[in-house]
Amino acid sequence: MTRSFQTGGAPHMPPQTTVAKVMLQVLLALIPGVLAYVWFFGPGILVQITLATIFALLFESLMLRWRRRPLKPFINDYSAVVTAVLFALCIPPLAPWWISCIAMLFAIVFAKHLYGGLGQNVFNPAMVAYVVVLISFPQAMTSWLPPVALAEHSLGLADTLVTIFTGRVPVPGGWDAVTQATPLDTLKTGVDAGRMVPEIRNSPLFGDFGGKGWEWIANWFALGGFFLLYKRVISWQVPAAVIGTVLLISLPFWLLDPDSNPFPLQHVFSGAIVLAAFFIATDPVSGCVSDRGRLIFGAGVGIITLLIRRWGGYPDGVAFAVLLMNMAAPLIDRYTRPRIYGE
Amino acid sequence: MASSRQIELAREAGKRIHHFHGGLRLRHNKKISCLDPVERPPLPEVLVVPLLQHAGDIADPLVHAGDTVLKGQPIGQCQPCAAIHSPVSGLVEAIEDRPMSHPSGQKGPCVVIRPNGKEQWIELKPLSNWLDANPDSLITQIQSCGLAGLGGAVFPTHTKMRDGRDRETHTLILNGVECEPYISCDEMLMREQPDKIILGARVLRRVLGAEHVIIAIEDQMGSVQRSLTGSAEFAESENISVVKVPKIYPEGGERQLVQVLTGLEVPAGGRPSDLGLICQNVATAAAVAEAVTEGKPLIERYITVTGNGISHPRNYLALFGTPVSHLVDCCGGYTGDVARLVVGGPMMGYPLESDKAPVVKASNCLLALSHQDIAEPQPEMPCIRCGECARVCPAMLLPQQLHLQIRNELWKPVEEYGLSECIECGCCDFVCPSHIPLVDWFRYGKGELRKQALESEAVELARKRFEDREARLLRIKQERAQKMAHRKQMLKGKTAQQERIQASIKRAENRSRSMPEEQSSGERDDT
Repeated sequence: MTRSFQTGGAPHMPPQTTVAKVMLQVLLALIPGVLAYVWFFGPGILVQITLATIFALLFESLMLRWRRRPLKPFINDYSAVVTAVLFALCIPPLAPWWISCIAMLFAIVFAKHLYGGLGQNVFNPAMVAYVVVLISFPQAMTSWLPPVALAEHSLGLADTLVTIFTGRVPVPGGWDAVTQATPLDTLKTGVDAGRMVPEIRNSPLFGDFGGKGWEWIANWFALGGFFLLYKRVISWQVPAAVIGTVLLISLPFWLLDPDSNPFPLQHVFSGAIVLAAFFIATDPVSGCVSDRGRLIFGAGVGIITLLIRRWGGYPDGVAFAVLLMNMAAPLIDRYTRPRIYGE
Repeated sequence: MASSRQIELAREAGKRIHHFHGGLRLRHNKKISCLDPVERPPLPEVLVVPLLQHAGDIADPLVHAGDTVLKGQPIGQCQPCAAIHSPVSGLVEAIEDRPMSHPSGQKGPCVVIRPNGKEQWIELKPLSNWLDANPDSLITQIQSCGLAGLGGAVFPTHTKMRDGRDRETHTLILNGVECEPYISCDEMLMREQPDKIILGARVLRRVLGAEHVIIAIEDQMGSVQRSLTGSAEFAESENISVVKVPKIYPEGGERQLVQVLTGLEVPAGGRPSDLGLICQNVATAAAVAEAVTEGKPLIERYITVTGNGISHPRNYLALFGTPVSHLVDCCGGYTGDVARLVVGGPMMGYPLESDKAPVVKASNCLLALSHQDIAEPQPEMPCIRCGECARVCPAMLLPQQLHLQIRNELWKPVEEYGLSECIECGCCDFVCPSHIPLVDWFRYGKGELRKQALESEAVELARKRFEDREARLLRIKQERAQKMAHRKQMLKGKTAQQERIQASIKRAENRSRSMPEEQSSGERDDT
């Protein structure tokens, strides 16, 4: 008796992983950093993450429907959620709700789907969104909170919700009472005003290396990053190149003139360097493919960030650096094709 | 081309274990088929021997329907391919197109033989004094016994050996690395027939004029090493070493094994023989020993019948032409949830549409997979360029880029990015989170490149033909013109001559006309 069988291409094994699993691991790796964020700056970040996720999924499903793509596999791949969370981590915790809406419109509709959807975007969608709202709504995007420990009034969840949805801060003194410049901002305006770095660092806003609170959040993000490295979701080249370049380039400046240049570790632990090194510049879609290419990509992000911090108009430049390097990625890829076996 | 320095380094093969790029650590699943000793299954009712079993052309049949054949009698020949022999004595029922157990899944000409159960051998012609035989007669013996690489690629053995003999080959590598999960036929052979393998190695070494033999096995095959080094033949031989290599898929690939043993890469577009190395499968070596010392043609092989879809997995010594269904029946049949039947391993094997297909020289494993083994086909997602494929690629390619280029039919970059170096091991496919059938794309791309090469060859030929024709026409025209000119010249010459004649005639006429006048004047003068 003979029997017939269904055929299929090799390999005849279930695939090892899925896009959804990769994205979930990224989300999982962000949890310690987010918890630290809540610890130091209150529950605002959770509200922002929720808002951004809702808007991201909303625009994602609208675009999928409009492009006549199946909804389920693409909603369930969590890529829109990753974009939303990364964006939310970049904005002030008390930013008004419509910031998320506009940002996700640009991230999902313009940066992602108009380029062809998942895997086709040239630019990192979260960074496109962040830059669009940063340039368009500078005031809302620069109203940062001091760490809870330093705050006169720290807002609970209810107050945070009211602030985010109404734009009014329900404490005496309003916005001025709850917001404060970020350490990077303080540094920049301080140096521009001719004050010396060690003097500026006397401000209670600064911790051991970077800003108070911020440096610990960076540590927890780095922990998540190491988890991703261990799980081989990301490769070591990008984070090593970003952080290595920042250290290497800022070192001689600091040695030559420690009064007007912050010391290298301060650069690393301030702003979004650690988050970007492990979670943003490692975005495979908009980055480089070869190992050498990734080193160059990461180094580029580090250099441009430092240039913007030192001479640019913004206190931090990670988002711009990532977008500029996204532009250069195809060219880098072209010139960094790895050697083939036997070549 | 390899430099002389590289060839020198290659002589150190096996002294140190090196690494190759990428690869995967897979679960072996080999034990289930290694529990029983290897046996011959009972004769099936009919055997179907395909006439296409090697890399190369379809063999010409040497028998007709109705003929009686003896066991070991040649039934197909194909120059420069290897011969095909009858696995049994019996009656040729037909020569017709049947499923032939080929990756293409197509039907092809097969010799259908009904065994008479007498197992009468044809007269065998061993080269008992092989130690004195010259390499050419050994190669001829190997060819006439139908030997081909039994690792799965079935490259005719004599061709490879001739290539190795014509170049300076210093080391013979016997490949006992069965890196694909489930397959255990080489392991069982090495356990049960170590003498034959080592004898075969010595014959092959003599053919090549090589100095060393390295038998490469996986580091988990402890008993195999004992059996090989403990064999009588091993004790008598010199310069044969058994080297254990770490088990990483696809280490059994020729190029990867060369890299692990020598630290060198086979030059792009080249062969291991460029480095003075020749690789043969251990099963091929055993078959060589039988062919030379017993004169026995290749009519059977070790085959693993295994997988969760088989009731009692085990290894068999099966005759070529045995229907796959017969082997499965001998193993107690299928289990309930068998879903797919594969020839070869789960990474590189090809699926069978029906178990009517026969065992052939290339069949190292028959794998019946259950539904859980293959899992539901998952929807293909877009590539997210995660680069995992490049990390595991043993050929150091960028599969994600190649995939994109093939999809967009950018054939020039496809060639630049080295598609031809892809060994289709399936590592990239296995790790791809987007479930893109990368190997399928690469096979398609290779086919397109071949087609284009043929087309451009045809175009080139047509262009040459056209140019030749133009040149010919031009030449003819020129010749004709020349001829015309010549004739004209000739004609002109003729007319000139005629003119001269005419002129002289005229002159003569004139003269003759003036003569009477003179005469008359003279007359007048006279008067």
